[in-house]
Amino acid sequence: MLRLDQVGKNFGGLPALSNVSFEVPQGLVTALIGPNGAGKSTLINCTTGVLQPSSGAVRFLQQEITALPAHQIARLGIARTFQNLKLFPRLTVLDNVLTGLTCVGGRSMLMAMLRLPYLRHRERQLKLRAMEALDRFGLADKAAWQAGSLAYGDKKRVELARATVGRSELLLLDEPVAGLNAEETAEVGDQLKLLRSTGHTMLLVEHDMDLVMEIADQVVVLDSGKCIATGTPDEVRKNPLVLEAYLGRMEAMA
Amino acid sequence: MFNLTDFLQFSFAGLTSGAIYALIALGFCVVNNTMGIVNFVQVDFVSLGGMLMFTALFTLGLPMMPGLLLAVAGVGVVAMLVERFGLRPARSDNHLVLIFLTVGLSIILRGIIKLIWGKNRMALPPLTPDEPISLFGATVLPQALWILLLTIVAIGLLTWFFYRTPLGLSMRAVASNPTAAAVVGIPAGRVRLTSYAIAGALGGLAGVLVTPITTLNYDVGVLLGLKGFAAAILGGFGSFPGAILGGVGLGLLESLSAGYLSSAYKDVVAFVVLLLVLFVRPKGLLGK
Ligand SMILES: Nc1ncnc2c1ncn2[C@@H]1O[C@H](COP(=O)(O)OP(=O)(O)O)[C@@H](O)[C@H]1O
Ligand SMILES: [Mg+2]
Repeated sequence: MLRLDQVGKNFGGLPALSNVSFEVPQGLVTALIGPNGAGKSTLINCTTGVLQPSSGAVRFLQQEITALPAHQIARLGIARTFQNLKLFPRLTVLDNVLTGLTCVGGRSMLMAMLRLPYLRHRERQLKLRAMEALDRFGLADKAAWQAGSLAYGDKKRVELARATVGRSELLLLDEPVAGLNAEETAEVGDQLKLLRSTGHTMLLVEHDMDLVMEIADQVVVLDSGKCIATGTPDEVRKNPLVLEAYLGRMEAMA
Repeated sequence: MFNLTDFLQFSFAGLTSGAIYALIALGFCVVNNTMGIVNFVQVDFVSLGGMLMFTALFTLGLPMMPGLLLAVAGVGVVAMLVERFGLRPARSDNHLVLIFLTVGLSIILRGIIKLIWGKNRMALPPLTPDEPISLFGATVLPQALWILLLTIVAIGLLTWFFYRTPLGLSMRAVASNPTAAAVVGIPAGRVRLTSYAIAGALGGLAGVLVTPITTLNYDVGVLLGLKGFAAAILGGFGSFPGAILGGVGLGLLESLSAGYLSSAYKDVVAFVVLLLVLFVRPKGLLGK
């Protein structure tokens, strides 16, 4: 579904990604792992048009999206979350989630003026959908709050609700449980499993190995901007390169 | 001796000019919120509103209300052209470059207005005949009531648009976090175009409403626009309630200082107070 071909990205001459190629197959969960600074977030940014790759090509559903602006990529059906939260802090929680339906329910101003009753019906439907998404993440009672005033764990989940509410073809989640407590992690984990069981395609960046092993069908390992391994969770776990580059270092830290 | 009638008279005059400043200030805020820049073309939207009203009434022979709607919509369309063909081709995100462009475009638009309508002073009739009305002892012109009424209507429409329509939500989203807005699929270009249309309509409405009281010529918007800009800063640049509060505050200050001190000092007093407020609250009254 999503294909990266020799994708590279330099920041002021320093390579953050070099020649990364892999595929995210439809209907499966692909985990993207690697030590801090490996280039995982940069890769997600290059895929969603937040950053332009310096070289290589990104294809989504057979279409080349490498040079498209972010909003057009979103309209093709790619939704994402950010590692370091990008909410609309001055909007309410409900409005934040409603923006996730932009591509689904975005009506032009002309439509809004010409077909008011239709629009009102439509608006009610969209609100209902947004409330359902909030409910799934246990945030329905905070719908009217300003997003900026929420606790960190709640903000993280509002972003997940916003990314999932539109049922995009592909979900890119950058460390969705980082910084959450055990209880919140379990809740979000359940939601991710639910999304997986309903056939969502996901690319999941995550450090929580238990979660990765549990829900990933395929694992891609990045180290210093290079893709060093791809395979099933078990294969990757036994790969000596990976052990050295990633798991080894994690254990050394522990 | 405090005279209530005088006070009402001065306050009413202040509210009227304050409403005009508020409309212009709101125009500045809309563009600032979605693009992060000061749009100096705003001042010419005011002049253009008056000019288009003049043409609608005397060239096209339209009645008042259709003329007003045509003039306001016309300035909205011109504002969209300014964004689409004046700013967007620059393909720049550098705010200084964009602000300088608006200064240049303002000079160009003013030149075009001068070419089309000439340099002479013209007069627009008020929306309804000028029979002064007595209100609690103060004498009020119907045009002043129109200004207050239509300003309130405009603010109501603006609120409805921002809080009740999908495009309004998109615009608030872009103002709150442009990157997040892009990744949920909101096209920044359309949002910028809409913010210019709204800024143009607000400036145009201010021009249509105020020029029967002042006079009408090609650069009537410059001083008014400067006051609107000051009002926006006083209220906290970018804040809508701040723009309204700043506009009304500046209008009242001017009018009360003209009434109780001397009209020679009204601009000085207003701007001294503006400076004092900014010394104490650099972000303006309601700034974030
Ligand atoms: N906007 C940027 N400008 C300069 N360097 C960056 C930028 N974003 C990331 N980097 C660098 O690229 C490398 C990869 O970072 P990142 O993609 O955030 O890693 P990860 O998400 O795997 O922890 C790091 O060395 C980081 O310092
Ligand atoms: Mg990262």
